[in-house]
Amino acid sequence: MSVVEHVPRGPRGVAILGIVIGAIGLELALPPAQVRAAGVPVVLGVAAMACALWALVRREWRLGVWAALVAVCATVFAVWVQGQSATSAGQVLNAGLFASTLVYATPLAYAALGGIFSERSGVVNIGLEGMMLTGAFFGIWGTAWSGHWYVGLAIAMLSGAAMALVHAIFAIHLRADQIVTGTAINFLALGITGYMFIDIYGDNGTPSNINYVPNINIPGIESMRFIGPVFGSLNLMIWAVFALVVLTHVVLFRTPIGLRIRAVGEHPRAADTVGIPVYTLRYGAVILSGVLAALGGAYLSIGFVGSFDQDMTAGRGFIALAAVIFGKWRPYGAFGACLLFGFASGLADRLQSVAGVSVNLLSTLPYVLTLIALVGLVGRSRAPAADGQPYVKG
Amino acid sequence: MTEQAIPWIRARAPGILLPIATTVLAFFVGGLVVAVTGHDPIAAYRAIFDGTGITYIFPWTPEADKAFAALNLQQTLIITTPLILCALAVAFPYRCGMFNIGGQGQYTMGIVGAIWVGTRWPHMATWEHLTLALIGAAFMGALWGAIAGLMKATVGAHEVISTIMLNWIAIYGAQWLYELGGPFQGPQRDVPQSAEVVKSARLPGIWGTLQPVHAGIYLAIAALVVYYLVINRTTFGYGVRAVGLNAESARYAGIPVARNYVATLALGGAFAGLAGACDVLGWEFHIVTNDIQVSQVGFIAIAVALLGRNTAIGIALSALLFGGLQVGTSTRSLDPTIFPPELAGNLATIIQGLIILFIGAQLLLVYVWRARRRAAGQEPATAPRIGTSGT
Repeated sequence: MSVVEHVPRGPRGVAILGIVIGAIGLELALPPAQVRAAGVPVVLGVAAMACALWALVRREWRLGVWAALVAVCATVFAVWVQGQSATSAGQVLNAGLFASTLVYATPLAYAALGGIFSERSGVVNIGLEGMMLTGAFFGIWGTAWSGHWYVGLAIAMLSGAAMALVHAIFAIHLRADQIVTGTAINFLALGITGYMFIDIYGDNGTPSNINYVPNINIPGIESMRFIGPVFGSLNLMIWAVFALVVLTHVVLFRTPIGLRIRAVGEHPRAADTVGIPVYTLRYGAVILSGVLAALGGAYLSIGFVGSFDQDMTAGRGFIALAAVIFGKWRPYGAFGACLLFGFASGLADRLQSVAGVSVNLLSTLPYVLTLIALVGLVGRSRAPAADGQPYVKG
Repeated sequence: MTEQAIPWIRARAPGILLPIATTVLAFFVGGLVVAVTGHDPIAAYRAIFDGTGITYIFPWTPEADKAFAALNLQQTLIITTPLILCALAVAFPYRCGMFNIGGQGQYTMGIVGAIWVGTRWPHMATWEHLTLALIGAAFMGALWGAIAGLMKATVGAHEVISTIMLNWIAIYGAQWLYELGGPFQGPQRDVPQSAEVVKSARLPGIWGTLQPVHAGIYLAIAALVVYYLVINRTTFGYGVRAVGLNAESARYAGIPVARNYVATLALGGAFAGLAGACDVLGWEFHIVTNDIQVSQVGFIAIAVALLGRNTAIGIALSALLFGGLQVGTSTRSLDPTIFPPELAGNLATIIQGLIILFIGAQLLLVYVWRARRRAAGQEPATAPRIGTSGT
């Protein structure tokens, strides 16, 4: 078995070639190469586009679409970078971008891990958004009340669990439409947190001197080049999410309880027949998803922003849900998707501060990326078989 | 006569009683929230009720109060109009088995379309210009809905996620259009808003002088009739309902499932787009970037459609309820000494959430109701499902 045998041939290979050519065009325009001739990325972009079309004509839809997207995006971006001075391009694309990628990906990752547990057990959780928002509010409320961030986190987790319990009761026992119930959870969370926010804090907003979740300073690597600025002083909750991603993978795919959760989500009747408690596992998984989503929300309020605002999660729960689908209901895949969305947010953030591009226009970037990701999934992502199906005990 | 009427009522009782019970329960729980946080729920609800202006139609309201009540009632009707249209944007796809949360984005795109046509060509004849502006709005809304429909039909992307993403793209996109230095910003360079809609593209007022109820309400009523006729009296509507009940069986029966997904989301989007047109052509006449993100019409409409069980008459009634709730809790009509309007707005959101939540459990109640009747041998076994009962 030589390596050559694994190189894809035919339309697939050409599409991959197109993606590579497009990426090279972008790479040449970035530091350290910084080719300043506009013709270079354009020529490479046209070549990449030709590869994409060649593949598309031969019905290689998925990779063809990706190649076309890479060709267009990379060329536009490369030409734009060339127009910038070397320093401002360096300001956008430096270690700070990767640090902010992690910052933006973290709340999504918590919620996505929650979504994986819930959906793997067969309960669709559209309410992730609301559970995040609840966690964001109660996290800061608990912290302001007690003066300790860990109390805030505990209260956030409890509040998320409570919201998830409501979803679980309606979705599992009352067999309500899980999409409708999840939407109700989002409304309730928006109303309850908004009501309490106004009732408790009024026009002044949440107190400014709250006890943040601490950053972890690692003495050895802080001074290292590139790694230092990215990993040297990350928030505790970012390190925690790395661990949780691995833990979720181990639990789901390496332990008996994980096998049972997946069995309940794939074929509850069969699971029930061999004595697995379907309802108990589903309740557990949904409540766990609420706890995790609330942690994601709490990271936003007491780990990152330091305040609460009405509807501050702004659709992040839904992006997390898209990440779950994008990552094929697997922790590593979903985390990868979260990093991608985090990168889009981070990029938008830096472009507006450095290059003066419209904030509003850049704010659409993560959402556009989510849409493209959904389209790029053509027949590739398969949900657990019983996802969204209520189970009636026989 | 009465022998016939009784079974008719009994067959429809769950469809009529349950939404009412749901509403009462949701308001009751909302009242508990008010009481727990140290306010008087009876006084709060009373103030909200008076703020809706519904007292105008009561014969015992003193003449002196009627003028003020009329203003509030006009406001309620102005708010109800887009709610009806946006609720249809939920209802149409719902009958086809889809949950369109994208009403807000489709509404926003409708505003963009209406503003684009309505701020141009000041010398056009009124009816031509108005028609063109409405078409522009409906087209933009339909386009935004059709994107989600196409994604569902071709690659199976779940419409709940795609429509939410399209909402945010529409909201930030529209804010970009009218922001300071934005491509469609109005002539006032220091204000982030669009240009004014010209006279010939404005919907005529029909009741009141200060901020009159506009002709958009006729449009909303006409849309309800169209919805009823299309769903219940056409082959297309039959196909849509068949797909909504069981997409696989419908496909087997030769109904074009993918086409129906795209068509219902596009139609729904067109209605939501018209809702945006009603607001900017009816009473706002321009759009300020701040208002784009603050608006909640498309989201409230989800509760409207679900409470109205996706039927034409149900949507009309629940839109009035939520329109009244929104006006009654607004800063302009609610006395802050009785209940702070900022709290009341969130209370309204809680009530909407509770209504949607309880609607889910209604299925169980309907099921129990039917099971009891089946036991009595009165009705064949049918699976309960929201939105499948007749209009």
